[in-house]
Amino acid sequence: MSVAQTLLGLLESGPRYGYDLKRAYDERFGRDRPLHYGQVYSTLARLLKNGLVEVESVEPGGGPERKCYTITDAGVTDVEHWLAQPEKPEPYLQSTLYTKVVLALLTGRAAAEVLDAQRTEHLRLMRELTRRKQQGDLADKLICDHALFHLEADLRWLELTAARLGELAKEVRR
Amino acid sequence: MSHALFSEAPMTGGRPDAPPLLYGVDLHKAFGPSRALDGASLHIRAGEVVALMGPSGSGKSTLMHCMAGIVRPDSGRIVYRNDDLTTMSDADRSALRRTEFGFIFQFGQLVPELSCLENVALALRLGGARQRAAEAKAAEWLETLEVADVAAKRPGEISGGQGQRVAVARALAADPSVIFADEPTGALDSLNGEKVMDLLTASARRMGTAVLLVTHDARVAAYSDREVVVRDGRTREGEPS
Amino acid sequence: MTAVGVGLGVMMLLVAASMPTMLHARGERTAARDYGSAEMSRPSDRSLLIGVQDTDFYGKSIRGRVLRPEGPRAPLPPGVAAFPNPGEMVVSPALADLLSSREDALLRPRLGYRVVGRIGHAGLGGAQEYAYYAGSDRLTLRSGLVVRVTSFGSRSPGQSLGPVLVLLVVIAFVVLLLPVAVFIGTAMRFGGESSDHRLAALRLMGADQRMARRFAAAEALLASVFGLLVGALMFLVVRVFVEQVTVFGVGFFTSDVRPALQPAVLIALAVPVSSVLVTLFSLRKVMIEPLGVVRSATRTRRRLWWRPIVPFIGLALLYPLLRGVQRLGSFNEYQVAVGVALLLIGIATLLPWIVEAVVGRLGSGGGLSWHLAVRRLQLDGGTSVRAVSGIVVAVAGAIALQTMFTGVRGDYVQETGQNTSRAQAQVTFRGAVDGTRAAGAAARLGSAPGVRGALAKATTSVLLPGAKKDDSWVTLTVADCPALREVIRIGRCADGDVFIAGLGRRAPRPGETVRVDADEDTGGGRGPSWRIPKSARPAGQRTNPLGQTEEGVFATPSAVDPRILRTAHVTMLVRVNTADGDAVERMRNAVAALDPMADVMMLTGTQEDNGFGAVRRGLFIGAIAALLVIGAVLLVTVLEQMKQRRRLLAMLVAFGTRRSVLNRSVLWQTTVPMVLGLLLAVPAGTGIGALLLKMSEKPVSINWAAVTGICGAAAGVVLLVTAFSLPTVRRLMDPEGLRTE
Repeated sequence: MSVAQTLLGLLESGPRYGYDLKRAYDERFGRDRPLHYGQVYSTLARLLKNGLVEVESVEPGGGPERKCYTITDAGVTDVEHWLAQPEKPEPYLQSTLYTKVVLALLTGRAAAEVLDAQRTEHLRLMRELTRRKQQGDLADKLICDHALFHLEADLRWLELTAARLGELAKEVRR
Repeated sequence: MSHALFSEAPMTGGRPDAPPLLYGVDLHKAFGPSRALDGASLHIRAGEVVALMGPSGSGKSTLMHCMAGIVRPDSGRIVYRNDDLTTMSDADRSALRRTEFGFIFQFGQLVPELSCLENVALALRLGGARQRAAEAKAAEWLETLEVADVAAKRPGEISGGQGQRVAVARALAADPSVIFADEPTGALDSLNGEKVMDLLTASARRMGTAVLLVTHDARVAAYSDREVVVRDGRTREGEPS
Repeated sequence: MTAVGVGLGVMMLLVAASMPTMLHARGERTAARDYGSAEMSRPSDRSLLIGVQDTDFYGKSIRGRVLRPEGPRAPLPPGVAAFPNPGEMVVSPALADLLSSREDALLRPRLGYRVVGRIGHAGLGGAQEYAYYAGSDRLTLRSGLVVRVTSFGSRSPGQSLGPVLVLLVVIAFVVLLLPVAVFIGTAMRFGGESSDHRLAALRLMGADQRMARRFAAAEALLASVFGLLVGALMFLVVRVFVEQVTVFGVGFFTSDVRPALQPAVLIALAVPVSSVLVTLFSLRKVMIEPLGVVRSATRTRRRLWWRPIVPFIGLALLYPLLRGVQRLGSFNEYQVAVGVALLLIGIATLLPWIVEAVVGRLGSGGGLSWHLAVRRLQLDGGTSVRAVSGIVVAVAGAIALQTMFTGVRGDYVQETGQNTSRAQAQVTFRGAVDGTRAAGAAARLGSAPGVRGALAKATTSVLLPGAKKDDSWVTLTVADCPALREVIRIGRCADGDVFIAGLGRRAPRPGETVRVDADEDTGGGRGPSWRIPKSARPAGQRTNPLGQTEEGVFATPSAVDPRILRTAHVTMLVRVNTADGDAVERMRNAVAALDPMADVMMLTGTQEDNGFGAVRRGLFIGAIAALLVIGAVLLVTVLEQMKQRRRLLAMLVAFGTRRSVLNRSVLWQTTVPMVLGLLLAVPAGTGIGALLLKMSEKPVSINWAAVTGICGAAAGVVLLVTAFSLPTVRRLMDPEGLRTE
């Protein structure tokens, strides 16, 4: 998740104060993990240093939250670039689980239970997302769907792995 | 915000401490030499949505047919409220299916010569309702499932998604205690499938109807309160959420 | 499956096509053994005396002839190798079987001859015919119905049926064969579903619509050709059994059963051609797609305009014949057959339109089963209509036939007026018993077992004095008082009395002298003369047991000269113990003992023309066969239809639909078109019947009881078929049908 590019994108619609930026971010993208103020200002400081944003005005009263930020031409180019760049697929979950399953098989523990536990956990999360989706607006639906499809893909991998456990066990113990 | 969702009013049906509405114990069923069920057990509480999952050929459809009293198991007990389905006569089981159960199948369940309205009314008329009353109530259900515009059309003239919604309307119309849904979205695309599942579970929860959902689709199963996995004719309970 | 169905139909068609040859071959043989009535009167070395000695045995007719060759070159009857010696006989195989069975006890006394041989095929009408030729050395022209012949074989054609009966037979063939045609048509569409899969697979492999259609046609062609072969094979098997069957006294030999050439060629061509046409026609509204066969869902409203054309052409063909077939003398059988067939087929073409028009207006109120059936018929009535159209056509045909039958019946069935309570049989003696022996014979016959009584009378003709015109012959009847009371109304009666009844102005006066007819030996009027006693009294007339009134001079035996009695023919009225089933046979034996050549006629209330009777009985059998065929067609169609809806049925049952609701819905689906069909069939059938009666120059009258009966039978078939289909329907409702694979 690239916080920097997201903040830049938010700034593209118009100049904002730092505090407003955080609220906009949280509202649209940050339900799972709201941003810390510190993170916002450190990111903005980095963007400022790189010339992607600049400070348009400062409200009297001081403090960083009173600065109004605006995006530079370089910043717009950066967002454009980020949007055009596909995300790298993340194989982290599978690799972690693979490690777990292999470890379970090696140590003689029930690998199927590892998978089943994971499967239950996946479904629990999917159920949660489904419920959220049912109550949310379209944006919620799209975001939840994305997560659901990923989880479903994981689940399929889990099921297939469960079906191939015997095969895998032979391979591992050889 | 997300936490608020879970602390709110009970969205999930079937309190864990409630006694099961319908349960089957140690069910066996063989078709010729192949064992479709080999000691499966299942329970469902009132208002609960249970997903029955498993690879194809695992016996999940047979388990559903047994639970619904369509197929009589070779051994084991199936109890609905206080009645044992395995000892009931065919006529009694038919009457039970008519009045207490509702059914949704993957496709082809609508009678092609009847209009959509008449198809929904059919469920009510099977229960003994007068034609006019049945059709009035059926029209309300079509409204609820947002397919009132196809009421006069025949199943051959509407889309698959609309057809499944009509089927959901029909299953719900007779106010059953349990709905058996066998791959209800199996023939639909994601969007239509989602719509059907939304309407089905929302209506069922509102009416306090239990749903036994047979599916191999995890996203469909995610609409449930609890899943049961069938493998090789045996059941394995997932943890309730 | 298709081959068997088509084969069954082809077999029936071949049997029908063999009927002309069968009848012809039989006619040839019976003509060959016929002989002239009075060929020559002088014996020669080439002459043969042959006398009729027929009898009946428990309803079986036995053809008996007595032979007395008068010279070495006397002609042998066909099928007989050598003349049987006196006291011997040659018999037909069927009679031989009867005589060697245990049932012959009451037949033996009549046929007191030793069996010395068999009559060959050439001398028999059919395999099951009972016949014998007996030898005699005492046979004379006066022994009975005896003639002197020098050859066998009649050149004159056998008695023909007459135009009206031919018309009846032609109609019967049309009515009975149409269902067979329908059956073949249905059989060609057996297994349509698997054929659909094959066609779809062909498309998947890259065939286009036309190629797939061609393939379907070729497949149908192959199946029908195979069906033809199967049919021919079945025909060969069936014809072997033909000798075992006798339809009301008419039997055949296997060798008779040869299809006539023209119809056979027609069958061989028409079956494959029509199979291709039926296939292409049924694929008309169908798209064969690579993933399956799609039947166009858009319903085209059935158009009316071309439907009445078919019956109209039929009407046009029949129109010229409306002036009457008898007046025309002969008529073209094919014209009538095609005309009537088109009228009947017209019903089948009109029915779908009518059903659609009516069902479209039917309300869906009423029970659930009715609701389902009406909606089904509204969506696709065609299938159900096709199922019942065969039966409707048959019903219309049957009503037409029945109407015609009732109309012409009067000509062929006569009320005999015979009173079977006063006497059960009349025996006519031929020669062995003359007037002088009448009383003794009556006494012997009357005391025979099973016989309650016998009244004899001797009759001859007398010529009144004066005019020698033909109309001055009157009958002289000689009988005792009890016998006279049966034929005239008299009061006091004693032996020696003479009565005169009827005649009016031609009545002879008492005291006149009349001349008695002395038979062919002396020529008319050259016999002895007799003076009517002055004491002769007038008497009233009454109807005799035969339903006739007699007139003339009635004398008691001692009032006439024995010389007169010797020339008189004796007949007896016999009463038997009707409670005793064997009484008639015992009576026949007693008669045969008195005179083997005497004729025994059983009295009946009505008597029908032989040809008419045969047609009527043939028709009855045909109608039963047709109904069975139609029932089979209906059953197959209904089951085929149910199979296509298997998944839906299973699902409806899963929903908890009562099976009885579904069963009743199936019943409604056939009953509604059926009732509509019958509503069409009754007026159409009676209309065609009226037309046929018009052609036969008969007043039109309709036998409503028979119409009701026919409709009832049709309804019965539908009920029966539904009952037969229920087990399969039940099986189809099994949850197995829920499986999506």
